[in-house]
Amino acid sequence: MLRAHNLSKRFGYKRIFDHVDVELEAAGLLLVTGPNGSGKTTLLRVLAGLAAPSGGELELPDRAVVGYLGHEPLVYRELTPLENLHLFGKLYRVPGRGERIGMLLERFELWKVRDERVSTFSRGMQQRLGLCRVLLHEPELLILDEPFNALDAAGAALLDATLAGLADRAIVLATHDPDRVEPLATARLAFA
Amino acid sequence: MRYVSDVGALTRKDLLLELRTKEVVPAMLLFVLSALTIFHFAIPRGTNQTAALGLLWTALIFTALLGLTRAFVPEREQGLLDALVLAPSDRSAIWVAKSLAVLAFLGVAEVVALPAFAAFFAPVGWRTVAAVLLADVGIATVGTLTGAMAVASRARELILPLLFLPLSIPIVVGGVGASADGGTKYLAFLVLYDAVFALLSWASFEYVVAEA
Repeated sequence: MLRAHNLSKRFGYKRIFDHVDVELEAAGLLLVTGPNGSGKTTLLRVLAGLAAPSGGELELPDRAVVGYLGHEPLVYRELTPLENLHLFGKLYRVPGRGERIGMLLERFELWKVRDERVSTFSRGMQQRLGLCRVLLHEPELLILDEPFNALDAAGAALLDATLAGLADRAIVLATHDPDRVEPLATARLAFA
Repeated sequence: MRYVSDVGALTRKDLLLELRTKEVVPAMLLFVLSALTIFHFAIPRGTNQTAALGLLWTALIFTALLGLTRAFVPEREQGLLDALVLAPSDRSAIWVAKSLAVLAFLGVAEVVALPAFAAFFAPVGWRTVAAVLLADVGIATVGTLTGAMAVASRARELILPLLFLPLSIPIVVGGVGASADGGTKYLAFLVLYDAVFALLSWASFEYVVAEA
């Protein structure tokens, strides 16, 4: 699903990371850990195809099968959850879009607020909607950067259950709380 | 068909965002009316029509610049360009949709600006209207591309005018020429400008939004 060999990334003269090897099969969870500023987010952006590596070899799947959640939920704040998910559902050509959107909004407990503007949501609710967006097209490769950010206990538990149900998918997950996903991890990458 | 469907969905999103926020069009309307009013009182009576047309085109270009500075604000402030770029649709669809939205905003501003110009200065002929319509296409296509370039830069408020204004000089030349001269050669020049820059912008947008 994902292969990177001797990957490096620099911004000008600043080295972000060097000699990173990643290999992820069709099913498995790569847990990425490290302190702030160690390069986790940059690595995830490279693996998502959002940034080009400065060196090394990288084999990425087609972007149609990738789901990416960054530090922001990546949804339009002046649109409603339904409008956001229909927009991305169209762009990803999700079959049975309405039904799939309804199911995700129910799962992440956003159905009741489906017609309210996202700008009125708390950060945690926005994060839940961001997760709905990422899962909408049932991606084969999920790249999640601090997905537990801003989630309350109930939201975090929902994400735990969702991740456990995605055991047949490839997942790259960066977090400051590795204990939470450690039981699901099949590979680990620690930045110093 | 997929391409058209993607462009439709993205354009609808941009128009819906403007309907909700009302950030761009009211500002453009206020700006163009204020500019024409200032010009009306600033220039002496009896100024010839060519000079007045020059002021119209100056007002239109700066009104467009005002709209373009806001064109990518939702994508910039909420990091949404990442989400759009990752979608499996052709990336140029983002540019086409944004250009169509900018074109619509310009159209609304000009529906007010041209009658205001006629009231303050001189009647507007069909050649001026045709030149404005053709210029809008060039402004929207080039402006959207330069707007996307500026989004990637830290000094975006500075970069956009620096990129857009030099590229808009041929539009002013063609626009004033078509309005004042009355010949069709300037309209043909605007058609050529639109075709060349629309093609270049469409082909290069993919590289503009790709992070190095």
